[in-house]
Amino acid sequence: MNLKTFPGGVHPREEKELSEHCAFEIMPDPGVIILPLSQHLGKQAKPLVEKRAAVVKGQVVAEADGFISAPVHSPVNGTVKSIGRESNSSGFVKEALVITPTAPAEGEEAPAPILLPPLDVDSITPDQIRQRVKDAGIVGQGGAAFPTFVKLSPPEGKHIEVVILNGCECEPYLTRDDRFMIERPEAIVGGLKLIMKALGVASGVIGIENNKPAALESMQKASAGENGIIVCPLKTKYPQGAEKMLIKAWNGREVPPGKLPLDVGAVIQNIGTAVAIWDAVTKGEPSITAALTVTGRGIRNPKNLIVPVGTPLKDVIDFCGGLTDDAAKVIVGGPMMGVAQHDLSAPVMKATSGIVVLTMAEAKGEQETSCLRCGKCIDACPLHLLPTRLARLAQVNKLEEAETEGITVCMECGSCAFTCPAHIPLVQWLRLGKQRVIQMQRKRATA
Amino acid sequence: MSTVTVTEAPSGRDLLITSSPHMHSRWTTKQIMWFVVLSLLPCVISAVVYFGFTQLLLIATAVVFAAGTEALIQYLMKKPVTVSDGSAVITGLLLGLILPPNFSLVFTALGSVFAIALGKMVFGGLGYNIFNPALAGRAFLQAAFPVAITTWTIPNFAVDSVSKATPLAAFKFDHVLTGFESLFVGNVGGSLGETSAIAVLLGGGFLLVTGVANWRIPLSMLVGVLVFGGAIWLIDPAAPNPLFHIFAGSFLFGAMFMATDYVTSPVTGLGMWIYGLAISLIIVVIRVYGGLPEGVMYSILFMNAFVPLINRYTRPAIFGEAGK
Repeated sequence: MNLKTFPGGVHPREEKELSEHCAFEIMPDPGVIILPLSQHLGKQAKPLVEKRAAVVKGQVVAEADGFISAPVHSPVNGTVKSIGRESNSSGFVKEALVITPTAPAEGEEAPAPILLPPLDVDSITPDQIRQRVKDAGIVGQGGAAFPTFVKLSPPEGKHIEVVILNGCECEPYLTRDDRFMIERPEAIVGGLKLIMKALGVASGVIGIENNKPAALESMQKASAGENGIIVCPLKTKYPQGAEKMLIKAWNGREVPPGKLPLDVGAVIQNIGTAVAIWDAVTKGEPSITAALTVTGRGIRNPKNLIVPVGTPLKDVIDFCGGLTDDAAKVIVGGPMMGVAQHDLSAPVMKATSGIVVLTMAEAKGEQETSCLRCGKCIDACPLHLLPTRLARLAQVNKLEEAETEGITVCMECGSCAFTCPAHIPLVQWLRLGKQRVIQMQRKRATA
Repeated sequence: MSTVTVTEAPSGRDLLITSSPHMHSRWTTKQIMWFVVLSLLPCVISAVVYFGFTQLLLIATAVVFAAGTEALIQYLMKKPVTVSDGSAVITGLLLGLILPPNFSLVFTALGSVFAIALGKMVFGGLGYNIFNPALAGRAFLQAAFPVAITTWTIPNFAVDSVSKATPLAAFKFDHVLTGFESLFVGNVGGSLGETSAIAVLLGGGFLLVTGVANWRIPLSMLVGVLVFGGAIWLIDPAAPNPLFHIFAGSFLFGAMFMATDYVTSPVTGLGMWIYGLAISLIIVVIRVYGGLPEGVMYSILFMNAFVPLINRYTRPAIFGEAGK
């Protein structure tokens, strides 16, 4: 079968078998909740509670500050222990609320969680959908954590033709979206219809890599008879789940450098985001849980979990039987783009998709050798960049040249570094060069 | 970038911290090189079958002197000795296989020293050389010992190769067309590793199937020889037909093992096509109109020089820019 895909990319070992058959489990509240105020791209949310304040599950504890921001809700009943800087699983130290969950005293009942009023999906208006997504604090589950409400509010004059639900889950190891598609297909289709309604779009596509046959079948069944919704099997290839690659696979259109999917008439949403939207509208649930895969050969019992946002990584790891003796690297996110952790007290965030623990044998790198000019990185780059050339320019700090040769276009997918037989850290150099070029551009703009 | 280890307080473990990606393909430089060595074994076997066991001594001389030269230069320059990466072994093997059977061992050793010292190390070693070192070594021998390098041996099991000459020379100078069956199995005159199309295709096929060699270069050379060789043959039926171009001489060996050398071939897809087509065009021109019966070595060396230029002008359009 000739499946849709994009040119380039790589084929990492999939490793999905470790957790793909594990149904979601709900993890109990941990002993402490660390609630970062920056769980989204954009400005940090503004705290609304003081130290020692009692909070109730679902209560807004920080409000959105500006257009590209999202409110934060308490995932538990408890007391605010402190407000300060805490390390964050994105690799930075950021402002966070620390909440001590409290169990109700004997004979007393726990206070009811603060939910939003459920809305009727048939009579709901596009504005109501946007407002609900905003109030619920939903952010994109695909990795960048862009506030979803912003994506549902395209600027005037942009014509959107299609909403693509991203069920690729092209990162190795991760099975969260796969499990969502198997366990909650109706919520996904419902969420997709809400997104389509909010954007006034008649066409919806659910793109799924063909290494998830159960998910494909489940989604096909759930979307049968739905007008304008198509399930599209895609070739299993990394990074098929990148927005630009997904659009390229679907209709061959290329998002130009510096432009957004909506410039070519598409809006992409993650599977998990669709579920969150559905739950926010139909059940009034704010974004207080994260669905994630905890997996890898460095963890004893791989699982797919629903955990309260703010749960420290080490509690999640312990809930999965703890680390094995040869565990060597803990990654938040997938192994291709995720962030290696040094501090396991950092919390799970709204957009955390997984925790992958690699063993020493898997994590230790090879010695770097000189470039063979094999061109494998060029074949792999889905954006048609020349990684070796850009890495070289970054090394010698030729920033203007790197800029004209497209370094800022790089989405840091890591396909080049993955494929390099000389083990040159190509994407790492590109990342560094890109940062420096962006700094240079900022300076130029202010000068 | 180096790995930083940080003491992880809660569990008392050291966790590795590196920048993503945290997974890597199975390829390493060393593995690729040893795959190439492996792919040359069928040609070594065909050399032994057609020209006798003594040829192993010739090939071994080429390998030992190539690897030894690299190790010695690295040692003298106080650089890490990287002979175990296999690249010098490949150069020696390739050089040995493109020499005539029973070639002088002293000349062979000289060729190997030249190939590594002046073909590779002066440019900075692996990854930096402009010309294919093995071909550079052979070009040196061709210039220095023109008689020895064109003295051919009659192979074992020879059927229709009546003279000692190679099929290309027989065609060019005596208008004798060697049968395809002989060209295919390899019981014809020629350099050690190039006479048997089966052996070359076996090893080359292994490189293509494993993804070590990029398919674009052999394919573009094939297309090139069919188009250019075919055109000339259609105009002038006295010229060799394109299939003879493919199966006689070093064409297949060059297409599979020489032109596909990473370091000296283009890195872009379009560049590989231009490179392969140009090599074929030059081969056909030299074979049909030139004074020499063969043209593979010069064609590849000539095009090696253009690789930086080809790379520069075949930079692919960045994703999303083509439509602008």
